[in-house]
Amino acid sequence: MTNKYSVEEIIKRSGANPLKCMKCGKCSATCPAYDEMEYHPHQFVSMIADGDIEALVKSDSIYRCLSCFACVERCPRGVEPAKLIEALKLEVIRKKGQNYLTPNDIPNMLNEDLPQQAIVSAFRKYTK
Amino acid sequence: MQRIGVFVCWCGSNIAGTVDVKAVAEALKFEPGVVHSTDYQYMCSQAGQNLIKDAIKEHNLTGIVVCSCSPRMHEATFRKTAQSAGINPYMVEIANIREQCSWVHKDMAIGTEKAIILGKAAVAKVNLNAPLTPGESPVTKRALVIGGGIAGIQTALDIADAGFEVDIVEKKPTIGGKMAQLDKTFPTLDCAACILTPKMVDVAQHEKIRIFSYSEVESVKGFVGNFNVTIKKHARYVKEDLCTGCGACVEKCPQKKVANEFNLNMDNRHAIYIPFAQAVPKVATIDPSACTMLKTGKCGVCSKICAAGAIDYTQKDEYIEEKYGAIVVATGFNPISLEKFDEYAYSQSKDVITSLEFERLTNAAGPTAGKLLRPSDGKHPHKIVFVQCVGSRCSAGAEKGKEYCSKICCMYTAKHAMLVRDKYPDTEVYVFYIDVRTPGKNFDEFYRRAVEEYGVHYIKGMVGKVTPEGEVLKVQGSDLINNKQINIDADLVVLAAAIEPDKSARPLATKLTASMDTNDFFTEAHPKLRPVESPTAGVFLSGACQGPKDIPETVSQAGAAAAKVIGLLAKDKLLGNPCVARSNELLCNGCSNCEKVCPYGAITYIDKDFRMPDRTTRTRRIAQVNPAVCQGCGACTVTCPSGAMDLNGFTNGQIMAEVDAICK
Repeated sequence: MTNKYSVEEIIKRSGANPLKCMKCGKCSATCPAYDEMEYHPHQFVSMIADGDIEALVKSDSIYRCLSCFACVERCPRGVEPAKLIEALKLEVIRKKGQNYLTPNDIPNMLNEDLPQQAIVSAFRKYTK
Repeated sequence: MQRIGVFVCWCGSNIAGTVDVKAVAEALKFEPGVVHSTDYQYMCSQAGQNLIKDAIKEHNLTGIVVCSCSPRMHEATFRKTAQSAGINPYMVEIANIREQCSWVHKDMAIGTEKAIILGKAAVAKVNLNAPLTPGESPVTKRALVIGGGIAGIQTALDIADAGFEVDIVEKKPTIGGKMAQLDKTFPTLDCAACILTPKMVDVAQHEKIRIFSYSEVESVKGFVGNFNVTIKKHARYVKEDLCTGCGACVEKCPQKKVANEFNLNMDNRHAIYIPFAQAVPKVATIDPSACTMLKTGKCGVCSKICAAGAIDYTQKDEYIEEKYGAIVVATGFNPISLEKFDEYAYSQSKDVITSLEFERLTNAAGPTAGKLLRPSDGKHPHKIVFVQCVGSRCSAGAEKGKEYCSKICCMYTAKHAMLVRDKYPDTEVYVFYIDVRTPGKNFDEFYRRAVEEYGVHYIKGMVGKVTPEGEVLKVQGSDLINNKQINIDADLVVLAAAIEPDKSARPLATKLTASMDTNDFFTEAHPKLRPVESPTAGVFLSGACQGPKDIPETVSQAGAAAAKVIGLLAKDKLLGNPCVARSNELLCNGCSNCEKVCPYGAITYIDKDFRMPDRTTRTRRIAQVNPAVCQGCGACTVTCPSGAMDLNGFTNGQIMAEVDAICK
């Protein structure tokens, strides 16, 4: 359990339940950004379920998630890993200086090799 | 006025530890009707029962209250005790002061107070008890088995061997079921046909067994020991008694482009067909949706070629009525449809197949004569990926998969993987698994052999997607042990599809008034202690209709179901439960509510003539309960708006007396 971040709060905010996970790894099998991540979708779920998120918070992996929701779509247990990671990401960003992200921070976080979250999210939203 | 004896049991320290049993016996002495009250260490022991018998004689008792454990435990014991001392067994009431009192309380004062109240309620009830006598009904000494797979076959053989007549109803043209489609069987790898077909022949030749193939159960009426069943025999346009199964008609039939369901549509059959060489009965069947003669009236080749004159294009569906004492459900299973699993490309590529399709591809009687060839181009695959738990253990939505484990997939996948490596050592085999579940005699050893001796690559993880690209199938999966995402260019992907009950099971359950769970598996009367009986009396369960099962388990359960049927059919008469509903015809207003709520179909309505006070006759519609079918659940008594329906042994008056005694 970390002092800084409340894992319960993150889980509550995500609306997902990591305890549903049966550790099949289909989220990581599905993830298109897998190779860009230090920690992978199944590890996100497991770390949040165990309350052991310190390493995850410090890692770039949470920004590599494209929010494509393939893991949510294919998870056989309805765990919704992308929602968990989105909740964690928001929490981390909000805690930075008790404020939202400043525009100046963004260029450093960009990864040229990956499509950007905003674009993927927009696709998800408008192509249904 | 009743003369009631109260017997308070200590149950060693189980009750006496938290309840002052002497105080209970003393307090109940002064209840109305009680003439004798005592306590004893173990009332269910021989000495305790003798104490009750002696008291019955000494005090001329007419009713008994035993304050002891749950009636589930010893009600039958004490009823027998009372009966042997000359009292009607239904004059005995149990006050449960163990499970519902001493075990849940810690405080002696509270426990004792509650035990006294429970005892008072039982005394109040016995004051209103009336002697009941169970009715008798005769038993038709014949059994019906619905489904002719290995479960139905084994049940039928076991019942018939005990000397009772059995009819098997099978909806396909042949018996044999899924096992007839399999290649080898785990864990010994003997060929399915070699061990199944002799049993099919035994069934065909058994003088006590009749097979209704290509038939279905149309309706079921009656009750345990006395079922009236209508069987619909579909027109097969071939006279079964004349056809010799020579197959000349099949050879000459010009319509040869009909998808062959026995080979899971991976090759074609003729419009007239015998599903496979060892079919039982070995009789041809014309598929009316494909036969040119039946569709257009022009052809008739089979009729001309048939030396036995067995072809009859004018045959109609036939309805047969039969009586049975017991019914066994053995409707089996099917793999689920994989259309919804886009990520595995099942609908996009012919080379993504189910495990049952794989069985046919390796079966010597299958579409490739046992050579493992890709369905798309007939080439030998060199890299095969097996994916387990496809649609099993899936709680994400009922439209995608099943929440339960299908149980058989781990073993048959290990079998497939091993057989491929044995026959084609140049082929690499990968198995993606979540867990390998192989409990069972020689099962885990079997799976380990696949890994250790045959070099099958077991990968802990799941496949995320399969993308057909030219000739290969790009498989992307996770390897959780090595924490990698891996990509395999496979030639063939085999999906271990979840299994589900056959679609015919639900309508059949309605006809039988047998209960099912949310997955459409038949429910057993008790999950541990009565696993082969349905809660509906006279209906028994065999095989995968009750839950996923492999062949060894199915055969054991089939034998167990047969034993239960034999136990029933060996009786000449059945004693019913006298605690059944009865309708007061003078109060009944004919509303039909009770008929609608009755889960057993025990209530019917009749028109009955009543003599009115003014000497006229009026016909009124009233409810009638069939005591042999009624299970005494009481649903009708609480539904009845006019208070006409009451339950023997649990009348409204008795229940109210108990409530009054508790609230006093």
